[in-house]
Amino acid sequence: MAASYFLVPLYATFQFSLQMQRGQWSFEAYRVVLGDQRFLNTISYSALASLAAIIVGALIVVPTAYWVRLKLPRLRPVIEFVTLLPLIIPPIVLVFGYIRMYGSSSLLPLTVSDAGTNLLMVMGYVVLSLPYMYRAVDNGMAVINIATLTEAAESLGASRLRTVLSVIFPNLRSAIISGAFLTFSISFGEFVLASLLNRDAFGPYLVLIGQDRAYEPAALASMTFALTWGCMVLMQLYANRKPGQRLLPRLFARIKGKSQS
Amino acid sequence: MSYLSISGVTKSFGSNLVVQGFDLEVERGEFVSLLGPSGCGKTTMLRIVAGFESPSAGRVVMSGEDVTNLTPNKRRVGMVFQSYALFPNMSVFENVAFGLKIAGIPRPELERRVAELLEMVGLSALKDRYSYQLSGGQQQRVALARALAPRPRVLLLDEPLSALDAQIRVSLRTEMRQIQRELGITTLFVTHDQEEALSMSDRVVVMNGGRVEQVDVPHRIYQAPATRFVAGFVGALNLFEAKVINAAKGTVALSGVEIALGRKVPHKAGEAITLALRPEALRHGGLEDCDVVLPAILSDVEFLGSVLRLRASAGGATVMIDSFSTAGTAPPVPGSATTIGFRASDLLVLDPVPAQAG
Ligand SMILES: Nc1ncnc2c1ncn2[C@@H]1O[C@H](COP(=O)(O)OP(=O)(O)O)[C@@H](O)[C@H]1O
Ligand SMILES: [Mg+2]
Repeated sequence: MAASYFLVPLYATFQFSLQMQRGQWSFEAYRVVLGDQRFLNTISYSALASLAAIIVGALIVVPTAYWVRLKLPRLRPVIEFVTLLPLIIPPIVLVFGYIRMYGSSSLLPLTVSDAGTNLLMVMGYVVLSLPYMYRAVDNGMAVINIATLTEAAESLGASRLRTVLSVIFPNLRSAIISGAFLTFSISFGEFVLASLLNRDAFGPYLVLIGQDRAYEPAALASMTFALTWGCMVLMQLYANRKPGQRLLPRLFARIKGKSQS
Repeated sequence: MSYLSISGVTKSFGSNLVVQGFDLEVERGEFVSLLGPSGCGKTTMLRIVAGFESPSAGRVVMSGEDVTNLTPNKRRVGMVFQSYALFPNMSVFENVAFGLKIAGIPRPELERRVAELLEMVGLSALKDRYSYQLSGGQQQRVALARALAPRPRVLLLDEPLSALDAQIRVSLRTEMRQIQRELGITTLFVTHDQEEALSMSDRVVVMNGGRVEQVDVPHRIYQAPATRFVAGFVGALNLFEAKVINAAKGTVALSGVEIALGRKVPHKAGEAITLALRPEALRHGGLEDCDVVLPAILSDVEFLGSVLRLRASAGGATVMIDSFSTAGTAPPVPGSATTIGFRASDLLVLDPVPAQAG
């Protein structure tokens, strides 16, 4: 029952997207969308921005969460609260804050240049995805008991850097990847930040198309949905993978078996 | 100088004094246990030796080198944790090889050494497994092999058996001790389990509230406890209140009966004194060589297989008696009258309860 609330409109959207040519099913709408240069531009811009947000976010979150767990465990509730703030503060407040702080008349006028505005948007995405990235990484650390593993490595002679590279990071890989997929799904179709900073991103494009076309938006929505689900599935696969296992064990085994026979 | 020397170590976390004036000399190849109730500072002391905590005062010296200010990765100590702490991203082989790789041991020698250690802990067949594919006992064996691989100066074990179930706990403790003897590695072992400490150690350090109560060989800890705390913590006790008659001669009055302890007591005449008896020092039946014999009523009989544990009331007190069960004889029934006795020389004299609390 509950699923039908969700599945029926989804199915309707998908079906509608196939009806661009009168009287027959076709992927015409998809062809039009994929042939649109603006679509390709915005989608690659947004993908790039999301990727940047993932890298910056991971570089901030992983060392912070590690240090807090190792040296400042009493500060954990505080940090946790701080990382939750982006869920409480609406993005619109965030972006107006940014424009005031980094506007043309401020000390650090980021918005006057293109690169500066891009940077601002990426930082905004980092902030928006912070709750998810932090939680993913922190949970990953909780599962493997980071403090004891660090001590075990150190008593075996490893330096702090060596410990992070050969013990902590490999054991957090699936957690970081989960956080990355979440970050991606948040920032890829994001609208408020991108449009108020006047960026040519996928979110604003989606809205624009929605206003003056009929079939293409349905096609776009279906594709975006498929992409999001693709992310979720990959995330699950990574999250549940055990060390020493391939990502798709059965598939790999079958390919291997065929190539040998 | 001894191989591992801990002198005057004190550690406080904020205002919480956790270890106070800890002194210990450990000889090369010796197996020494730190025994005490939970929270008495055992782990903290071990972590100070490992270098994970730095002492507020005092020194730690290993094979003549003062390591007090050395970081853990420079100390060459092996550590085994209660929670195993194997690296989940590495196979058994890689776990054991980790320390050797860091030490820059060339591959052929590294492989030989890992194989040798896995053989020693009986896990050669599982070298490609990961920690999630191993039982607790197997994981702890890997952890032991991993700690031993880089030939540490001192092996530190923090309750390594506490997370295991009873059967494996007992078999692994024998095995660990065998390996320790074979390698002759100097070992500090932390436990709250008196049986573990007494059965495994060359010497036992009994700790309470951050202080050392007694350092001695296991049978002395049990038979000649230095303090009331040690007596009560290690093994079960029957306690008796008595009065000193003559301190120099060692005569006391126990519920109106004069008993000669056969040794001096550190009290004045007329003072109250606490005497203690191990349950196995009390007998029922076969009382020929007992100096003190009392009539008693059996209140409870527990048949534990090889041991018979009786509770009896005598002279207004309830006492515990352990004896071997004899083949072909049924255990006595509760409620029956009997005679119990003991030798005065088996009585332990406990230090007086401190007058003021604190
Ligand atoms: N990092 C720490 N910060 C504050 N207090 C600690 C810390 N580590 C241990 N303690 C305190 O020190 C005392 C002794 O702890 P511990 O050495 O773990 O005892 P044990 O191992 O004998 O059970 C406990 O009261 C504990 O709360
Ligand atoms: Mg402890």
